[in-house]
Amino acid sequence: MDTTARDGFAVPIGQRQTTMQLSRNRKRGALQGRIVHWLFFACAVMSVITTFGIVVSLLSQSLGFFGEIPFWEFLFGTNWSPILKDAEGNRHYGVLPLVSGTLLVASIAAAVAVPAGLAIAIYLSEYAPDKVRRSIKPVLEVLAGIPTVVYGYFALTFVTPLLQSIPVRVFREDLLVFNALSAGLVMGLMIIPMVSSLSEDAMVAVPRSLRAAAYALGGTRLEVSLRIVVPAAFSGIIASFILAFSRAIGETMLVTLAAGATPRLTFNPIESIQAMTAFIVQLALGETPHGSLEYNTIFAVGLLLFALTLGMNVIGHFLVRRFREEY
Amino acid sequence: MAKAEVTALLNPRLAMRKRIGSVAYVIFILAILLGLAGLAALLLRVLWQGAPWLSLHFLTDYPSRFPEQAGMKSAIFGTIWIMALTGLFTVPVGVGAAVYLEEYAPKNWFTRIIEVNISNLAGVPSIVYGLLGLAVFVQLLSMGRTVLAGAMTMSLLVMPIVIIASREAIRAVPSTYREASYGLGATKFQTVKDIVLPHATPGIMTGTILAMSRAIGEAAPMIAISALVFLTFIPTDPLDEFSVMPIQIYNWVSQPRPEFRGIAAAGIIVLLCVLLSMNAVAIYIRNRTQKRSEE
Repeated sequence: MDTTARDGFAVPIGQRQTTMQLSRNRKRGALQGRIVHWLFFACAVMSVITTFGIVVSLLSQSLGFFGEIPFWEFLFGTNWSPILKDAEGNRHYGVLPLVSGTLLVASIAAAVAVPAGLAIAIYLSEYAPDKVRRSIKPVLEVLAGIPTVVYGYFALTFVTPLLQSIPVRVFREDLLVFNALSAGLVMGLMIIPMVSSLSEDAMVAVPRSLRAAAYALGGTRLEVSLRIVVPAAFSGIIASFILAFSRAIGETMLVTLAAGATPRLTFNPIESIQAMTAFIVQLALGETPHGSLEYNTIFAVGLLLFALTLGMNVIGHFLVRRFREEY
Repeated sequence: MAKAEVTALLNPRLAMRKRIGSVAYVIFILAILLGLAGLAALLLRVLWQGAPWLSLHFLTDYPSRFPEQAGMKSAIFGTIWIMALTGLFTVPVGVGAAVYLEEYAPKNWFTRIIEVNISNLAGVPSIVYGLLGLAVFVQLLSMGRTVLAGAMTMSLLVMPIVIIASREAIRAVPSTYREASYGLGATKFQTVKDIVLPHATPGIMTGTILAMSRAIGEAAPMIAISALVFLTFIPTDPLDEFSVMPIQIYNWVSQPRPEFRGIAAAGIIVLLCVLLSMNAVAIYIRNRTQKRSEE
């Protein structure tokens, strides 16, 4: 008999081959599926490798640096001049002036972006009609999409001269061409959309019933916004501040162009300073030979920068997630 | 008694509270105006200072010591090279990672690590990626300060953006589509390849374009890799040295001669035009697919 009986039915030869082929196909499909699965997995693991690469390369390159300069001297030293020697012919590797420069600019930025961003978020979430909100939001997002080198140009060639034209002695005579103030103000403008959109997300997520209850008790719109919505969205709002601040700390071109290249332990905003990121750029552009102590300083500074921003981002993301789970 | 008087009697502080409310409203509006005014000032400043320097030869000439002859040809070609290679490296890996996380990944601690890791990578300062590229690609793998090293650094930088956007696009594909595909006997890979990815493509493309527009404006990591800011040739293969538009702009802004400020502004106009058209394409794709899915 040429046909195989299965379940009492005769299966023609042609179809039997199809069934065999089908099972072979299925086997090949399973193998293919496994290969593809591993390929996709490898893509996802790339991101872990990237983090690993960042940590290992920063650590290994700054190891040479920390072999010669004690870690505590680096972290708490108040004099930074790794390239130029002072009068006695010594170089100094205390990173605090760079840290203070970075924090100064970022604090000025926060002083602009936190109140402005929060006010915009409250307006967009609690006051604005849908139509207004939908037209204002994308325009503000444009601020976040402009390259930072453009902000640097703007701070240096527009904001600084503008400040210098203010008829007060501090601005008119004492404000330097490169100063922390104009860099900070422009950076504040740059991170406004970050604060406003993250805070707004947190506020929109506050349940309607809370607002309704507050209105029923006779609250005005402002009272409902400030006493009900803002406290309920508090961790999300704080997260937006932290993430924006971390962005400001890591910002590079703006501070390189507008804030100067003179590392100085000061909190005076009209002075020229140097931020951590600006130092890295300065040295990367210079002709320092690979592997020298001066060259390795940029990895030590980069490591500190990475640790600072990573810490803030982890806290920020933790707050965002915790907040989401609350309702 | 008028209604207002009754209210005032019932609650003497209400008028005051309402007045505070309207003052606050004015403050909110002012905050928005501050943001918009900052943006307007920036754009007008760039246009006003840069427009006189814009010309055709600005696009087709090499950089020069003389402001009248300066152009950004090498920077434009460098940017095109970097963008093309970055896209080539980023899209397959980024989409692959997104597919894994959405379609394949088991819910375990390792998946959780990958997810947290990606969101943290998105917040790492761009200059740190520059240092990574400098240590790994330029030195360790001895690629030198080349287009290839630059593009690989850039693709690590924008990878998280592509992954996050692609995940959202894949998640938006209705699960009924997948079930229908399985019901017809398709394997998991066939379902991903023929059903999920085609439907997620517009979202993935939008995310990719936005990632590229982030990459095109990044100067800091490219300075760490390229270091060169004055090039009078265009790269012809991936192992050539390069400059990109934002580096060129940075170079012009930091020149002491005031004419170069105008040149820098002209360069910024070109850069912003490229960004604007990329965003327009992204918005167009998004709107077109929204319309189609509403039908």
